Amino acid sequence: MNRRVATALSPLILALAASGGARAAPKVEDTMAQRVLACTGCHGPEGRAASDGYYPRIAGKPAGYLYNQLVSFRDGRRQYTLMGNLLAPLTDDYLRDIAAHFAQLELPYPPPPPATAGADVLARGETLVTKGDAALGVPACIQCHGAALMGVTPSVPALIGMPRDYLNAQLGAWRTGGRHAMAPDCMAEVANKLAQSDITAISQWLGAQTVPAGAKPASALPAPLPVPCGGVPGSPK
Amino acid sequence: MMRARLGRVITTLIAIGAVLAALIAWLNLRGEDAVTGAEPDLAAPELIARGAYLARAGNCMGCHTERGGVAYAGGRGVPTPFGTVVAPNLTPDAEHGLGRWSAAEFWRALHNGRSRDGRLLYPAFPYPNYTRVTRADSDALFAYLRSLPPSNRANDAHTLRFPFDRQVALAVWRALYFRPAQPENDTSRSAEWNRGAYLVEGLGHCNACHASRNALGATTSPLDLAGGLIPVQNWYAPSLASKLEAGVADWSDAHVVALLKTGVSARGAVMGPMGEVVSGSTQHLNDADLRAMAVYLKALPPPPEEAAKLAALAASAAAAASAASAASAASSSASTAASSTAGAKLYDRHCAACHGDQGEGVPGTYPALAASRAVTIPMPANLVHIVLEGGFPPATADNPRPYGMPPFATVLSNDEVAQLLTHIRGSWGNEAGAVSAFDVTKYRASGGR
Repeated sequence: MNRRVATALSPLILALAASGGARAAPKVEDTMAQRVLACTGCHGPEGRAASDGYYPRIAGKPAGYLYNQLVSFRDGRRQYTLMGNLLAPLTDDYLRDIAAHFAQLELPYPPPPPATAGADVLARGETLVTKGDAALGVPACIQCHGAALMGVTPSVPALIGMPRDYLNAQLGAWRTGGRHAMAPDCMAEVANKLAQSDITAISQWLGAQTVPAGAKPASALPAPLPVPCGGVPGSPK
Repeated sequence: MMRARLGRVITTLIAIGAVLAALIAWLNLRGEDAVTGAEPDLAAPELIARGAYLARAGNCMGCHTERGGVAYAGGRGVPTPFGTVVAPNLTPDAEHGLGRWSAAEFWRALHNGRSRDGRLLYPAFPYPNYTRVTRADSDALFAYLRSLPPSNRANDAHTLRFPFDRQVALAVWRALYFRPAQPENDTSRSAEWNRGAYLVEGLGHCNACHASRNALGATTSPLDLAGGLIPVQNWYAPSLASKLEAGVADWSDAHVVALLKTGVSARGAVMGPMGEVVSGSTQHLNDADLRAMAVYLKALPPPPEEAAKLAALAASAAAAASAASAASAASSSASTAASSTAGAKLYDRHCAACHGDQGEGVPGTYPALAASRAVTIPMPANLVHIVLEGGFPPATADNPRPYGMPPFATVLSNDEVAQLLTHIRGSWGNEAGAVSAFDVTKYRASGGR
């Protein structure tokens, strides 16, 4: 290095070294975003989902759905030790605030990873999602989750923009009894009518769908729910 | 000849056995009142209200409610080294709850650890503490429980290993470790201290966690609050008597009250199982009772070895300070070496944004890690739990939206957690022992809810 340049830069280098030794005290804001850093450690910055393909996106999901999931983790209907322990000391009111915080975030979705299954599997997945299977008694996903599959406020979640492995694990967990929702547990009923190969097909197809820019949950169901769901307000019991 | 001698030996053994059995039976029955006496007016609103308050003081609901279940309908398992004891239904259901119980039978359960049908109760139900509760308070509790909506939730059986599943084993345990007691009034102490003692030693059953247990799961005395590892959960409930752990002798009453009322205070925050105690119990107690508990806890005698340990710590801190100033005068090589360690790097990356570059924390929001007893405590169990599982202090009426810490179980390996904790325990004036990857492995596998 040119000696004159080095001499000229040395005060700057010294200043940088000094600031490294005594950085400012942590900056803490009295906001929900600050409070829920406990969540975004796994669910990605601002709840946009992490890159590991398992922890689901929570940003922009319907508030009622997020609230139901938080309560279910705390009360044991959904089983994941880290979530159960973390939420154990929190009240319904606070869980409602946390759900509302993530629900109101409008953040872009990254492009989905390409599907890893063949065309026949993806075709079966698309059929189940958009048309269901009358022979199995399985309604189409879009009947409850909205034509755009972005969910329906306040309580039905989006199915696209989710990691494939997460979708696969949830449908599997409903079949094996590892995940429960408020009774009547409609998703348990649906998942139990699906074969493992159907679950793979649905996850593969959904996991490869691109979320259009600005997509949001629908504000109303297109028609009455085909299956009664305990977590959805106004659902037949 | 031989046969006669053998006969004598057998006869002697039988006689000894009979005497022991009689002794155990007598030890199990002493101090038991007849289950008779005037029944209180269970419908009296003030009795029910007082019972509701006392049920909070004892956190009865904490065990007698299944996770996500109907309040007081039972079903939560208390894990012990001997198996799991399941708390029963306390609602007034006639078949599964207390619907057919009398106040006298309830008192016998609380005071003597014997159920309505005469069976001995497992001390996971902390009757070694509740035996100190007055009959009047027992009646109030009973009136409150009888006022609840009945639930027909059937009780689950305990899952205890042989021989701990036998009443005989329980009788032997009780003969060794259980004595019915009365609330005591120490006239040499203030009324406030006595009230605090009644709450801490009795309904509060603080020593159920804050004391060590022997091989048979017994604590020595409700007065022992010297700290202990909670069986199975493997959280360490620190000593409430020692300044080196969670003792409050040099705290103000107000700080103790704030901690129990809100879960946070200027001197520290609660995490882990104590969060459940604050949210289910102490936040609901009135300030007078919390202050009484503070007065009692502040007056606990320090452990005998504490003065020597404190003096040694002060001496070594002074030596470290003079060494550090000498080193910084010469060069900053020591601090450069320290900051380049793996633990320091992990700290900067994952922790410093909230806990500060120098472990200074943010008052009331993120705990300081410098000069923190929670950090330097000899048993690192809680530190491992907190790093792996993260957590929130309890959401309470006065601190409804606490700040949380993320879990690092999926981010950091056991080696990294050990490096990180060793760094924190040895920096900014902290002088606690290193944490090994083995310690982390041991605690990673426990504590699930």
